[in-house]
Amino acid sequence: MTTVGWTQAIILFLLVLVFVKPLGSYMASVLSGERTWLSPVFVPVERVIYRLSGVDETEEMTWYGYMFAVLAFSAVGFAFLYVLLRTQQWLPLNPQHFPNMAPDLAWNTAVSFMTNTNWQFYSGESTLSYLTQMAGLAWHNFVSAAAGIALAAALIRGIARTSAKSLGNFWADLIRTCLYILLPISIVGCLILVMQGTPQNFQPYQTVKSVEGFSQTLTGGPMASQEVIKELGTNGGGFVNGNSTSPNENPTPFSDLFEMWLILVIGAGLTYTYGKMVKDTRQGWALFTAMSILFFAALIVVYWAEGAGNPAIHHLGVAGGNMEGKEVRFGVAASALWANVTTATSCGAVNAWHDSFTALGGLVPLVNMQLGEIIFGGVGSGLYAKLMFVILTVFIAGLMVGRTPEFLGKKIERREVTFAMLSILVTPLLVLVPTAVAVVIPAGLATLSNNGPHGFSEILYAFTSTNANNGSAFGGLGPNLFYNITTGTNMLFGRFAEVIPVLALAGALAGKKAVPEGPGTFTTYSPIFVALLIGTILIVGALTFLPADALGPIVEHLLNLQGKTF
Amino acid sequence: MIPQRRIERRPKSRSLFDSAIVTRAILDSFKKLDPRWQARNPVMFVVEIGSVVTSGFFIYDLVSHTGHPGFDFAIAAWLWFTVLFANFAEAVAEGRGKAQADYLRRTKSDTTAKKVDEQGRISQVPSTALRKGDIVQVDAGDLIPADGDVIKGAASVDESAITGESAPVIRESGGDRSAVTGGTRVLSDQIMVRVSANPGESFLDRMISLVEGAQRQKTPNEIALSILLAGLTIIFLIAVATLAPFSIYAGSKQTLVVLIALLVCLIPTTIGGLLSAIGIAGMDRVMQRNVLAMSGRAVEAAGDVDTLLLDKTGTITLGNRQAVEIIPAAGIDAKDASRVAYVSSIPDETPEGRSIVALAQRSGVDGDGELPAGATFVPFSAYTRMSGVDINGTKIRKGAPDAILNWVRENGGAPGTELSSEVERIARSGGTPLLLARDKMVLGAIHLKDILKPSMTERFERLRAMGIRTVMITGDNPLTAAAIAKEAGVDDFLAEATPETKMELIKREQGSGRLVAMTGDGTNDAPALAQADVGVAMNSGTQAAKEAANMVDLDSDPTKLIEVVEIGKQLLMTRGALTTFSIANDVAKYFAILPAMFATAYPVMNVLNVMRLSTPQSAILSAVIFNALIIIALIPLALKGVRYRPRGASAVLRENVLIYGVGGIIAPFIGIKLIDLILAALHLT
Repeated sequence: MTTVGWTQAIILFLLVLVFVKPLGSYMASVLSGERTWLSPVFVPVERVIYRLSGVDETEEMTWYGYMFAVLAFSAVGFAFLYVLLRTQQWLPLNPQHFPNMAPDLAWNTAVSFMTNTNWQFYSGESTLSYLTQMAGLAWHNFVSAAAGIALAAALIRGIARTSAKSLGNFWADLIRTCLYILLPISIVGCLILVMQGTPQNFQPYQTVKSVEGFSQTLTGGPMASQEVIKELGTNGGGFVNGNSTSPNENPTPFSDLFEMWLILVIGAGLTYTYGKMVKDTRQGWALFTAMSILFFAALIVVYWAEGAGNPAIHHLGVAGGNMEGKEVRFGVAASALWANVTTATSCGAVNAWHDSFTALGGLVPLVNMQLGEIIFGGVGSGLYAKLMFVILTVFIAGLMVGRTPEFLGKKIERREVTFAMLSILVTPLLVLVPTAVAVVIPAGLATLSNNGPHGFSEILYAFTSTNANNGSAFGGLGPNLFYNITTGTNMLFGRFAEVIPVLALAGALAGKKAVPEGPGTFTTYSPIFVALLIGTILIVGALTFLPADALGPIVEHLLNLQGKTF
Repeated sequence: MIPQRRIERRPKSRSLFDSAIVTRAILDSFKKLDPRWQARNPVMFVVEIGSVVTSGFFIYDLVSHTGHPGFDFAIAAWLWFTVLFANFAEAVAEGRGKAQADYLRRTKSDTTAKKVDEQGRISQVPSTALRKGDIVQVDAGDLIPADGDVIKGAASVDESAITGESAPVIRESGGDRSAVTGGTRVLSDQIMVRVSANPGESFLDRMISLVEGAQRQKTPNEIALSILLAGLTIIFLIAVATLAPFSIYAGSKQTLVVLIALLVCLIPTTIGGLLSAIGIAGMDRVMQRNVLAMSGRAVEAAGDVDTLLLDKTGTITLGNRQAVEIIPAAGIDAKDASRVAYVSSIPDETPEGRSIVALAQRSGVDGDGELPAGATFVPFSAYTRMSGVDINGTKIRKGAPDAILNWVRENGGAPGTELSSEVERIARSGGTPLLLARDKMVLGAIHLKDILKPSMTERFERLRAMGIRTVMITGDNPLTAAAIAKEAGVDDFLAEATPETKMELIKREQGSGRLVAMTGDGTNDAPALAQADVGVAMNSGTQAAKEAANMVDLDSDPTKLIEVVEIGKQLLMTRGALTTFSIANDVAKYFAILPAMFATAYPVMNVLNVMRLSTPQSAILSAVIFNALIIIALIPLALKGVRYRPRGASAVLRENVLIYGVGGIIAPFIGIKLIDLILAALHLT
């Protein structure tokens, strides 16, 4: 670990920190339907969209109305992308004349983008037309992110409202989030990336002669516009297979820093949005603090592990950190930082191959995702998943002050506990059970490129990443029918099996009365609460995976120390 | 004179670990192994299934001469112990209640009742034949055959069989002391009672089923907690079940016995095993305070109370007011005023009247306490609102200021306003002003003062620290009420209270999400008692009040509510503390069992064996034994409740997190290591 390395991390963190309040506060205004400085530009656009789609934006939805809207919207979006993938060959903007995608891979890909996962079992530059990239993938990059933020807004309203039946209007939340939050930042961000050198064109790939005299194909396309929302919406699906390791997607050290900032900024800012909307910003800062502590704890481990390097290589007389699978332009510190950023959120974009990390270095992204994407999390999804743990913590520890646990004045009773528990159950169920099946059946082992604990980690990582809607790949695991279908299903349930109880919980909370805070109230912003929240996350969230992680990265690390590799 | 049979007094308290209770509890622990009983508790049900399966493996080992019969036997045995220990905890908690119920059943002997028919004829019928609405006559020495209200007469009644208090109480027709309970005994006089409960529905019957816990329902918080525990059980079930294929991949297939051992260690058996014991013990602690809670829900709600409504008289102040000052009107001699006040109060037997006599005597009025000859007493009535004495045509009156002023005017006097400032001053200071008049003249004012019960101010202070708002209910005018409220240190008051305004107050508080507790005894209180979340009726009160309330205080002490609130809080805290402890324990158990499981496939994993446990078998067994023993070790805590001091939430939380959270992480590391050392020393593994 070096001072320069840590300075990068701290600069990134400070850049995120200074935007928490202004962006969070702005998002709160947008989600509350208040006027903002961008209203003169977007209100007319908004009206036209409502008029064309026949949406009454003032109509309030119950929790199940909201849920049906989310599910219906996602289903239609999925169908649209599936059809596009299966017909791109006959459609325009396909200068490379790519064929249609196979059905199982198209299913996997469509689910992947619809659920904000962006798990990629294909290489973008050799599979997808420009039309598919722009109208299919970029569309989902926007709306799946906006749907996540809308869901978070619905939960926040459930917490903030009293004796209410409704949680807001999904269509209005979706459209406002896209127009007022995602679009403006993306437009500015896109220009910044173009300035750094990311391509933005419709030209076919260029064949050039390199300085060494070899012939080389340079990919092009509408890349910068997709790159920015890939990070901002914590989507993570690269335009090209190289993702943010490639010099086109991530050309300079500044673009690297900027992209990491894009990944974190909305997730971090939403904590303030939450605080503002429940009229107690301390609540938001408490969540931000818990997230930051977990973020830095994870960063210390991954940076230390990568910086320490591989003992087997040290024996060969090569000193220094682990450079396998890393882009030389970024090195150990920026790769470790990125790996932590991308898995602390549900982004999944990579600037180095996690498969080539040291065993312990690879454990960190894995654990980050196993916690349920709650360090900063996906845009919106991070906040609502985190709030599920908050409710669990309030219930367990809140009893210790001698009252029925209350969260912001609302009693946490049978229904709330049931829904929070259901949503928390999803992660262990969908990560461990498919992994258990995959490690003992031939189809699960057929496309595995490593054996022993490392092979185990590859399978575990695939199901962890898809379930968490992260989408980063450990690599080393090839697509086949089994994985296309199982990871696809996993992404689907990873998103919606969690969303349904979250909305049900929001509905239950909205209907409650709130008791004013008093000296006998359990406060959810004190340092001790932050500590309890972290404790609950680690014991309930992480310990569940300890047996699995022990058989993967942990034992691999111990064996590496003895000189064994896999 | 009817010979008095000695009445057995209900024993109020008994040690938790009385040998009779323990013996019975041990037997009950085995009876509770019945799967139908266990199925009510998902966590322990999983343990029981685990015990059956591991026992099956042990028997298979013996028959087939394979496997590790010694190890499998040890695991199976300790899993059974885990279930039995949890059963024992519940049985002990029920023990005191069952002993009480046995005693009460003996009290419930069938008696012969003297039923009075419409013509007034008396016939002897068995008490079981009495129905609601029947009238019975009860004479001195008789057992009252059924619950009811006194409709004629007054009697002293020995209620010790129910309340445990040996001092007899007066029960009389009309008013708020008319209720009698079946099974208590009339000591003197004769009363007519209208029966208010059919056989099997009496207070005694309800009391028996309550203390016995026969109809015990899970409380809302208990249900929520059970769901959490079931959820955690499912999570750990997934973690352990998937470990089977994982270990096959790792080339180190695990036996089912080892997997079950891990599962039982990880699922929250500590809180799962003690949960119902905590609830029963909470109700039992309320019973020990001589309060009968109609449901566990009521006790739990008491812990959540935000607003406490307390009647001024009897709760905040002593029932009687005392005269502290006699202020003469302008131009009246102080001695003269005192003398008239004295005379007017000689026949007045109320505590207020007697305090006026005492005050006058202290200020130098001579007198033998006898009315002068020819004087007649005019008693107080709610209509005149004054009392006094007529002596040879001279009329002396004392009473409410407006009533006296009207009376003087009616006599042709023209009272001045010079005393009105004094009257207001007295009212403002929380006292009750009386005016004293003779014929056409107002002679002076008397200051009656409410005397606060000792140490109530500190109690309100404690309640405030707990976050509970106290509201004083009084019939006084707002001025007086404000002054007493200030002196007593309550947060708010409701003056000139009527049953309607009281009800409104409760609904308003509940409307803003608060939980309200109150005490009451009169029939007027019944609707409010029913509306309040926690309503405590006094046993001395009317049948209507007792039926509307969800608790009955057998000692009829209105301040008891505060203790009930504390018990409710302690109950919730105990649940939270043990849940936290139980979950925190898992860290150490992972570190004990995981390296042991993969000791052969991955010897390097021994690095994780931070406790340096001697052998893999010993590690697993030690964790299982610790898991079982911790239930036994925590039974006293579950039954007595965690220590409770009224403080703010953050202070309570900090302390409990330190003890049960941090302690819960550390304790099993030490415990498992010690058990391992003992097992190794005894060469048991």
